[in-house]
Amino acid sequence: MGFDIRLPIGFLFTVLGALLVLFGLVTLDSPIYQHSLGMNINVGWGIVLLIFGLLMVLFAKRSQARQPRPEATQQKV
Amino acid sequence: MNTANQLQWVDYIVMIIYFGFVLGIGFFLKRFMRTSSEFLSAARSMPAWVAGLAFLSANLGAQEVIGMAASGAKYGIATSHFYWLGAIPAMVFVGIFMMPFYYGSRARSVPDYLSLRFDEKTRGLNAITFACMTIMSSGISMYAMALLIETLHIFDTPFRLLHLPESWVFHVSIVLSAVIVLGYIFLGGLTSAIYNEVLQFFLIVAGFAPLVFLGLRDVGGWSGLKTNLPPAFVHAWAGMGSPHNNPLGVEWFSLVMGLGFVLSFGYWCTDFLVVQRAMAADSMSAARRTPLIAAVPKMLFPFLVILPGLIALAITRPISNPSATIGDLASRSAQYGGGFMGRVPLTAGGAGSAPTTEKYASTSVPLIPVQTSPTGEVVIDKNGNMQLDYNMIIPQMLLRYFPNGMLGIGLTALLASFMSGMAGNVTAFNTVWTYDIYQSYIRKGQSDQHYLRMGQFTTVFGVLLSIGTAYFAASFNNIMDILQLVFAFVNAPLFATFLLGMFWKRATGHGAFFGLLSGIMAAAIHQGLTLPADSSPGIKGGWITVVTVYPSEMAQNFWTAIWAWTTCFVVTIIISLATKPRLERELRGLVYALTEKQHERSGPWYTRPVPLGIIVLALTLVLNLIFF
Repeated sequence: MGFDIRLPIGFLFTVLGALLVLFGLVTLDSPIYQHSLGMNINVGWGIVLLIFGLLMVLFAKRSQARQPRPEATQQKV
Repeated sequence: MNTANQLQWVDYIVMIIYFGFVLGIGFFLKRFMRTSSEFLSAARSMPAWVAGLAFLSANLGAQEVIGMAASGAKYGIATSHFYWLGAIPAMVFVGIFMMPFYYGSRARSVPDYLSLRFDEKTRGLNAITFACMTIMSSGISMYAMALLIETLHIFDTPFRLLHLPESWVFHVSIVLSAVIVLGYIFLGGLTSAIYNEVLQFFLIVAGFAPLVFLGLRDVGGWSGLKTNLPPAFVHAWAGMGSPHNNPLGVEWFSLVMGLGFVLSFGYWCTDFLVVQRAMAADSMSAARRTPLIAAVPKMLFPFLVILPGLIALAITRPISNPSATIGDLASRSAQYGGGFMGRVPLTAGGAGSAPTTEKYASTSVPLIPVQTSPTGEVVIDKNGNMQLDYNMIIPQMLLRYFPNGMLGIGLTALLASFMSGMAGNVTAFNTVWTYDIYQSYIRKGQSDQHYLRMGQFTTVFGVLLSIGTAYFAASFNNIMDILQLVFAFVNAPLFATFLLGMFWKRATGHGAFFGLLSGIMAAAIHQGLTLPADSSPGIKGGWITVVTVYPSEMAQNFWTAIWAWTTCFVVTIIISLATKPRLERELRGLVYALTEKQHERSGPWYTRPVPLGIIVLALTLVLNLIFF
């Protein structure tokens, strides 16, 4: 039905990952990281989420390109 | 600074982004909802991996997440039996042996299968009890979420900014969650629910994996855990010889038969909430692979949801006094919530001494806080000990270990799982109400558009009923406990009916119906005649008279299930043999002996159900051995 779920998953995690990384960079030496045992978990885990999101988008785009279905899938984005 | 954390703007942005996506998916899917089948059955179009993750996620409500961590702290690694002994074998069984009949019969729901295989009265019994149960679960989810939002002060800042009174937080949380769930199901039906469950699966992993990582680091890794916990808490099987040697208070036979066989197979193989996800798959092969694909992450979930409970216990427990005696633990009022059912009573009982915060003297809220009543008094059990609120472990750990940013992800994951718990139940209710109750008994033979509109209307109706249940739960906790118990009785014998229905062609409708009824009766009578240790007669059992006392409530639950199943099995056989069998040609595609075997020789071996199932079982065995 309609579209590839990997696309919205990919977008969501790209956005969330990017947000975490940015916020983590802005708050580099903030005392909030005493919670996470001194680790800047926002940057670290943000990068992981960002990569996951981009991979999902990539996979979705690749399978779209392989079997073009003009009606539904292309309209998404 | 180890005090509890405050939410900041970045956390709220994460929440808004996520729920924006959730509603966005609903809006996008709206245009595809043209027939009742598209709305209620996702037009059978889901790829196997999507159906598989939804199959897992539909059960992974917040009560599961929170309940499993709570059980982890109460019972230790033995909680993993709900996964490695209970869920996984049942999931392999439903995929390999039962899905050919569910999917192949073109039944639109589990009760629909019962009407094809047996008769209308069996379907009616199953459909009506199931419909009540889904609404109740959805309402309890809603109530629990609103309560959590209130307790953790999640919405306090925005409320202050908007000059709203804080006493509204509970009500606004209920309405807000209802609007979001209603929004995406009304727009996109089952497809929307399934897609959002997949989204939620990834979000839960994203939110909880770092939590386990930080918690383990804090406690000194697995070896640190082991030194801080009594040995019985880090072994799943070692103490199962006697109920007094393990925290669950059960022995291996009732564990294997009660949990591993009756309860788990009863849930994973017959509960339409999960089976509906597999029925939405795009082919027979995909439907059979759905539970098997779900089993792979399911196998690893104990590390994500049970481990936090162990970590919290290890951190809270004073190192100088590492173990309460096992007898002490076993005789606790071991109220187990049955978290694997996704239908958990909210009161995590279990007495224990108050947590000392030696290691974290500066902490304002301990990881396992003391339970307080709605009026703010500390809850004391009948031995004078303070009750601990094990259900707060996951929320308290999120607040302790996550800085702002990650905190938003973690809390959103928790809220999302509450909502998908609601949504899963509402979509299952929609289908059962529309097809199995409305179309079967109220208005037959209408146009498909009529049933599509009915399905959409039912979404509104179901959400409103859930709100009603949520407020009901808030005011009459005891009545909810009684209802939970009644539904436990209804569920216990179900698997016997399905097993005989699918694998014994001689089983008849009368046999199934009266077998089920007597199984339910047997469960009620057994519960009425027995009592867990340390409890007084009443809702815990013994309301007829006390014949047997079990070492724990879990032992009582398992034996109730075993009695119910056996009674249903025997009565169904006896009555079936005494009644007229159905014609064999009517049972084609519904019973094992009269159905063509599935030959799936196409495609690589790892896409075929049987090899996949064997791999899953082998890996599960390895996990059991590692944590023996």
